[in-house]
Order: sequence, then C-alpha cells, then structure tokens
Amino acid sequence: MENHLIASMLAATIVSGTPLILVAMGELVTEKAGVLNLGAEGMMSIGAVTAFAVALSGGGPVLAVLAGMAAACVMALAFGFLTLTMMANQVASGLALALFGVGLAAFIGKPFESTPLPMIAPVPVPLLEHIPVLGPALFNQQAMVYLSWAIVAAVLYFLYRSRWGLVLRAVGESPSSAHAVGYRVITLRYAAVAFGGAMAGMGGAFISVFYTPLWAEGMVAGRGWIALALVVFATWRPLRVVLGAYLFGGVMIAQLFVQGSGVQLDMPAQLMSSLPYIATIAVLVLISRNAHTIRLHSPASLGQPFRPDA
Amino acid sequence: MLKLEPRPSASATMRYVSPLAAVALTLFASLFLFAALGKDPFTAFRVFFLNPLRDMHALTELLLKATPLMLIGIGLAVGYRANVWNIGAEGQFVMGAIAATGVALQAGDGGPWTWVLMLLAGAFGGGMWAAVPALLRTRWRANEILVTLMMVYIAQFAASWLVHGPWKNPDGFNFPQTRMFADAALLPILVEGTRLNAAFLVALATLAVGYVFLERSFYGYQMQVAGEADAAARYAGYSASRAIWIGMLASGGMAGVAGVAEVAGPMGQLTESISSGYGFAAIIVAFVGRLHPVGICLASLLMALLFLGGEQAQQFINLPSSISKVFQGLLLFFLLGADLFIGYRIRFDRTVNPGKLPWKTT
Repeated sequence: MENHLIASMLAATIVSGTPLILVAMGELVTEKAGVLNLGAEGMMSIGAVTAFAVALSGGGPVLAVLAGMAAACVMALAFGFLTLTMMANQVASGLALALFGVGLAAFIGKPFESTPLPMIAPVPVPLLEHIPVLGPALFNQQAMVYLSWAIVAAVLYFLYRSRWGLVLRAVGESPSSAHAVGYRVITLRYAAVAFGGAMAGMGGAFISVFYTPLWAEGMVAGRGWIALALVVFATWRPLRVVLGAYLFGGVMIAQLFVQGSGVQLDMPAQLMSSLPYIATIAVLVLISRNAHTIRLHSPASLGQPFRPDA
Repeated sequence: MLKLEPRPSASATMRYVSPLAAVALTLFASLFLFAALGKDPFTAFRVFFLNPLRDMHALTELLLKATPLMLIGIGLAVGYRANVWNIGAEGQFVMGAIAATGVALQAGDGGPWTWVLMLLAGAFGGGMWAAVPALLRTRWRANEILVTLMMVYIAQFAASWLVHGPWKNPDGFNFPQTRMFADAALLPILVEGTRLNAAFLVALATLAVGYVFLERSFYGYQMQVAGEADAAARYAGYSASRAIWIGMLASGGMAGVAGVAEVAGPMGQLTESISSGYGFAAIIVAFVGRLHPVGICLASLLMALLFLGGEQAQQFINLPSSISKVFQGLLLFFLLGADLFIGYRIRFDRTVNPGKLPWKTT
C-alpha cells in the first residue's frame, strides 16, 4: 500500500514535469544560440489549443501533437522575423509573443471550451514495468514521457557531441567570430528559435491532449514562464533542466496528494496552488545570488541583436 | 534589390510615425481577420472600431476603460525607461484592489472620504507587491521579469482565497465575491448617469506628474541614461538600484491605484476575476505610447477602444471578446517591426555591379 502510494506520486510528478522539460529544452537550445525568447507561454498556449482542436476533430494524438508543434513554430518564426531580421528588442518582442499567443489561443479555443477528450492510455514498457515501485512510476507512462527523455538525450548529444552543436554554442557565445569563420549566424538562430517554438508547442499539446484532455482558457497557467525560470535554474545545462522540471512537477502535484490523502491541513487550497510560483521565485533567488555561476554558464551574446554587415 | 542601410542618426520622425504605422497596419489586418472569420469586414470594422465612439455615453465608457491603462502605463514607463522590466502589473493591480477592499470592508458606512483612504491603501498594496521583486533584484539579482510574473499568479490566488473565504459575502448566494461597497467607499461619479468616476482625474493628474518627472526632472533623466547606456550611468555615479526601486515602486503603486479604480468604480466589490488583463494590456500601452506621457494617454484611449470593440463584437457579430487581445498583440508586433525604420532605412539598390561602389566593404 505504501509502495503503491509512492509509485503513484512519483508517476504523477513525472507526468507533471514533462511539459516543463519539453518547453525548457526548446528554450535552452534557443538561448544557447544567443536568442532570448520570452514568448514560451504564448507558444505553449497556441500549441495546446491547436493540438486540442485537431484531436477534437478526430485527428488522433500524433497528428494533434504535430499540429501543435507546427502552429507554435510559426509563432516562433514570427518572433524570429522581428528579432533576427528586423532586429527588434528581444525582451519586448518576447513579451509581445506571450501576450499575443495567450490572447489568440483564448480566441481560437472559445468554441471548444468544456468539451473533454477521451483520456489516452499509458504505454507500459515490457519487463521494466514490473520493477517494484520504480517500474509502474517510470515505465507505465504516456508515450510522450518517453519521448521527452529521448529529446533530452538528443539535445545533450547535439549540443556537446556534434559539430553543429558546437557551432550553435559558438553562435551564442560570439556571433561575430562565428560569422567571421563563415557560419550563417542568422540562419542558425532562426533554426534554434524554430526548434524552441516546436518544443513549446509540444509541451502545450501534451497539456491539452494527454495531461488534462480538455481546453480551458489559461490552462497553461504560467508553465511557459516557469520553464524560462528553469533554464536559469539549470544554468543552461540540460540534465539540470530535467532535475528542475521534476522538482517543480512534484511541487505542482503536491496539492492533489494532500487533498487526496485525507490529511486535514489547516491551509487554504489557494495557498497550495500558489506553491509552484512561490517555489520558482525562491529558486530564482537562490541561483541568482551566485552571479559568478550565471555569468559563467549563460551564453555571452544572450539577448543581443546581431547584424552581419555592421 | 531592397537593401537595409543604417541611418547616420536615429530618425526622430520615424519615432512618431512608427506607432501610427502600427495602428494603421492593425486596422488593415483587422479587415483581413474579419473576412477570414466569415464576417463582412466593413460591418465588423464598424461594430468593432466605431460603435465604441458612437455617442456621449459610449465615450464616457471609453474614458472609464482608459483610466486604469493610463495609470498603469505611466507607471510602467518610469521603469521601462531605466530597463526595469516590471511585467507583473496585473498582480500589483490585484493587490491594490485587495488593499482597497480591506479598507472598504473595515470602514463599513464610514466617513465621506473613505475612497481617498482606499486610493492610498491601493497605492501602498501595489507598491508593496512590487517592492518584493525590487528587493530580490537589488539584493540577489533575481530576474524581475520572472519574479513579477510569478507574483501575478500568487496575487490572483490571494484574491480567490479572500472572496471564497474570509471576505465572502454571506448573503451572496455562494458567489465568490465580497459585499457591495458602501457609497462612501465608491469613487465619486464625474458625469451624472454614466460610470465615469474620479479615478479618471487621478489618471490625468498622474500623467501630468509623470510628464514632469520623466521629461523635466533630474531623476527622470538619470533613469533614462541608466536605461540607454548603463555604463555611462555608472560612470556618472547614478545608482542602478535606485533606478530599480523608483521604477518598481512607481509602477507597482500606480497599478495598485488602478486596482482601486476598478473595485471602487464600476465593480463596487472585489471579485475573483477582478483583473481583466489591464496589467498586461498596459505593457502594450507603454510601448505604443513610446514611454512618453502624451503617447501613453493616446495609446490608452486606443487600447480602451480595442477592449470595448471586443465587447461589441461579442454582442453584435458573435465573436469571442478575446479578439481584443489578438488586436492588442498585433499592434505591438507591428510597432516592434516598424521601429526598425528608426535606426535603418530601405534603399532601392539598382546597381548591377555592386563591387564598384566605394562604400561597399565586401
């Protein structure tokens, strides 16, 4: 019985951390290329509503996720056009994307509100699912959870083991040097921004199609912003993003388990609900105190526009 | 071949033209959007953009809606000039509303000046909510963008807890809202028979004070320098943390006053959804208004028009009112794009052999 409870808490933590991993991985790659896209919340919302619309019209989960990714990717490219081609301020453009995306998603999603989708069954991994405690928690999950692990591995390999990953990091550290040796800085940054958008879209799709299969305005609930904070928390290192995402996933589901466990806490539900946001602030403060770590790991050209001819 | 060429110096004309271009592009895009949604674009345009201006009563509603945007927008501009990115005005708005509600519920039928006390309490509540990120930023360098945003969610949960719990109206049929405020706790009405109230005058006064501070005072100048060239500011000995504190407290305080304007104005009580996006819309107002008080005044009116247009669209042409947010976002996108032409101009490059041009380096 105890084991069962631990396993289900662990499983729920992993599910609730998954969208954060997806979005933060995309943002990490974008920022490694030197572009700060604050629009994650907007791209996630667009991804979520598009995927939901496709799933609702019978497109199936795979098509739904792909559609969500494509829609968010288009948003990201609009951001890329503003900041890379038009050289607009990245902070302001990211905010614009966040506000626009959330608004547009609310607009598109109005007709679908309060129409639920059927739950998608988890996919057990043969053999591994029978490991005590960890088995049911780790290996009886939604397919997207396994996919998130594969993406983390791919990002790790790409950034630190592949030539193009090295180039991408060079573009983030010193765009003018990368340009001087003949790499197309702007094109690479577009690619990184597009990848960030696709991942944010996937994270949004996960929420509206797999996690809570319905659409409600504001259902992304700040996860895009939390993912941005996660990248800072992880000081731009992929494995620490995973750790952070599961930590936050745990905080986010704590409320459900307290309510479900029957323990009478003398604490309003709203206080429990605000814990992830309070935790984000606390973590940001803890990490930011060490300016040295941040400076050492953050891409040197983060947020700076680059113009090849200038 | 079109070519982008840096201007020798930033174009002052384009600084004013680009918001106008952004407005024009937004209006133009709206026609396409309406058509794409299967509405007659010209009817929809009239309903959305002209209905809110049709008569005196509609105009007072426009000013009512513009009031919180002016208040928050001018406050944000103070910070944005110094690159202090407070984007949690929505939460500071809610905290201001909560603080004012606390005073109103405490005062009961209270004195005739209860609403004045509420305005002060609101400024304090919003200011204190912004003081937290200011402290975290100046003491531990925590990114104020993310901290202010997280605090929006916390403020909304706080409001939700109050109206479901301790402040819930006992005779309210279980609706999550407080009692209606007593008359003394409501802002005086300016035009009889409308909802336009004294907060509008407060907003105008704030714009005037903002003008003096930003354009005519030494502190305002220091903040601008800090934002544009922080190395120069450091060299001149201007304090970065003072700019952060001024920026955060001004924007938080003004957002708090805007919160009071909502609870002690058209709402008359605190509800769960007291913040209807004014805090976020005001970010757009600040940018479109070029961080200048006059611009912010005009941008607030424009954004108010977009809000009311959304309500009209919902009522008459069966479109969700969130279409307002789509236009607000588009406006900001177009502005950011148009701003390119402040620093650059487009040259039509006719030459066949660019190698011959002396100013070509490659």
